[in-house]
Amino acid sequence: MFYREAGDFSTTYPQDSQTFPIKFDRYRYYFVLAFAFLVIPFIINDYWANAILLPFLIYTIAAIGLNILTGYCGQVSLGTGGFMAVGAYACYKLMTAFPEVNIFIHVILAGGVTALVGVLFGLPSLRIKGFYLAVATLAAQFFLVWLFNRVPWFYNYSASGQINAPERTVFGVLVTGPSAPAWATYLFCLVFVTICAILARNLTRGTIGRSWMAIRDMDIAAEIIGVNPLSAKLSAFAISSFFVGISGALFFAIYLGAVEVGEVFNIQKSFLVLFMIIIGGLGSIFGSFAGAAFLVVLPVFLKVVGVDLLGWPTDIVAHFQFIIIGALIIMFLILEPHGLAQLWRLTKEKLRLWPFPH
Amino acid sequence: MPEQLIFAMEVTLNGLMAGVLYALVALGFVLIYKASGIFNYAQGVMALFAAMTLVGIMDGQVPFSHLINAIFGAHITHFGWHVPALVAIVLTMAVMVFLAWAVQRFVMRHLVNQEPIILFMATIGLAYFLEGFSDLMWGSEIKTLDVGLPQGLNVWIDEKTYNIFGYGFFIDNLDIVATVIAALLVIALVAFSQYTKEGRAMRAVADDHQAALSVGISLNFIWVMVWSVAGFVALVAGIMWGAKSGVQFSLSLIALKALPVLMLGGFTSIPGAIVGGLIIGVGEKLFDFLIGPLVGGATENWFAYVLALIFLVFRPQGLFGEKIIERV
Repeated sequence: MFYREAGDFSTTYPQDSQTFPIKFDRYRYYFVLAFAFLVIPFIINDYWANAILLPFLIYTIAAIGLNILTGYCGQVSLGTGGFMAVGAYACYKLMTAFPEVNIFIHVILAGGVTALVGVLFGLPSLRIKGFYLAVATLAAQFFLVWLFNRVPWFYNYSASGQINAPERTVFGVLVTGPSAPAWATYLFCLVFVTICAILARNLTRGTIGRSWMAIRDMDIAAEIIGVNPLSAKLSAFAISSFFVGISGALFFAIYLGAVEVGEVFNIQKSFLVLFMIIIGGLGSIFGSFAGAAFLVVLPVFLKVVGVDLLGWPTDIVAHFQFIIIGALIIMFLILEPHGLAQLWRLTKEKLRLWPFPH
Repeated sequence: MPEQLIFAMEVTLNGLMAGVLYALVALGFVLIYKASGIFNYAQGVMALFAAMTLVGIMDGQVPFSHLINAIFGAHITHFGWHVPALVAIVLTMAVMVFLAWAVQRFVMRHLVNQEPIILFMATIGLAYFLEGFSDLMWGSEIKTLDVGLPQGLNVWIDEKTYNIFGYGFFIDNLDIVATVIAALLVIALVAFSQYTKEGRAMRAVADDHQAALSVGISLNFIWVMVWSVAGFVALVAGIMWGAKSGVQFSLSLIALKALPVLMLGGFTSIPGAIVGGLIIGVGEKLFDFLIGPLVGGATENWFAYVLALIFLVFRPQGLFGEKIIERV
């Protein structure tokens, strides 16, 4: 019934190789885009923006970045928090050094700086793999956070050691700072999410994505069939860090406005993003969205149920949150290693045949 | 003798002592890794859980009292008795064995034959679960752990060194005790794995699961045993660190300290864990002492990792690890 391929003919190669080849899928995608761009900005308020939508959008970018590295290229990284910090501090330095340049360009450049740092810390991946590498990426996490904490140049010698986002406008509308309207910050992030998702989707479908997946599935075999592990691994680190850097920059400039690096970009952040892609689905762009949405909504949901409805103290609810997240990770790894994305794929498969499944 | 050199010697000695504690945690990792190929990230949280359970049993705390109070509006906290340290340690060990059984039954059994990295991520999930669970069970406030270990300045060393160098070294008694216990633990573990039937079975499982199964070794039993031993090591580490700096959340972060030790020493080697622990312990203390003031201090957080990282680039299997051979 839904997702019917019958009568859906492709007459050109571009048509055949587009992202959503099934018509229903394509229309749904256009509808979601239109809804996100044209409807939500008019009904959004501060609570929704700050509690759910902004963190969801920003974590989605980080999750897409980590998914490229871990899900597509198979290199587990626990340094996401550190790379987000690089993006945030690069954005801050650029914003304060070149106030006349548009913040849009700053965020992109911050991603670029993070990509360079990512390549640097990706170099060991050429020699070591598996959890040796996972542990090695922790070096990035601890070193980078320490660096931003201890070297005053990075926070412009401010007395508190914090970085604060100065007010910046896009097309005359404020997007950073506490007085920025919710719809403007939302749209600003949404633009980045859309660009990043389309970019990532097309990268992973192309030559470079295939070489990543070859490395992931079996690096020795990949090398033998002519995939260059050096360029494949380092490009994965670069592009992944680029996305993660953008998300760090947005997290600092748009969402929080002020950042204490040890508080915000600590190792818990790295784990959070890793959990997002495990729950959402390793090696899936949709999974990054689903995982980010799930782990952003879960604490809010628990707070509403536990604190507001049942009247429990917040610390007990926080403990339950740990237990539930941990149990969910284990459950997903056991029952559905491909995460929410796989559940969605199965649903689609069912819908395709429904109501005549045989 | 120049003063700086004497200070450096003291720092080195303290580093050696800290290194022993790192090695203690790292041992727990090595044991599980050797026997089941699982890299157990939850080892640090297990130490926290063990220490919290020990304190809870000793003080007669009611488990889940916060939750019970929140649901039923009661105000219970303690049973009102005190359990002697030794009995409490035995009871805690029983809890750790139960935990080992639960982990094997509900998590690891379902993940047999998965890739190592999946198992690693499962143990991260386990760490989260256990962290929330132990806080829920015993409350998240900082507790003091006192099982009667000697603490404070060792007067004998202070006097001896004062007579020789004219400057008394500050060495904590607790560190000395920890060193002795760690040494005993290592000897016991090596003897266990070399000379007992169960130890041999454990090594057989580590070597080849299927071959071990075919000669009649029960995988389930061995894994429960391995996790229990790891729980025991976690308990010892938890007591040491808990006595040193109080039982609190940061205790679980010692796992992060142990990781570079493992990378340096090799994941599969018990001597490697000890040598690695000592190198990291001395290295980070000396680095912080010599270079730290030049770059703003607090280098201990990352020095171990960067050292291990640089080291790995040249020797990917660690100091004592088995050479990694890949077959297609």
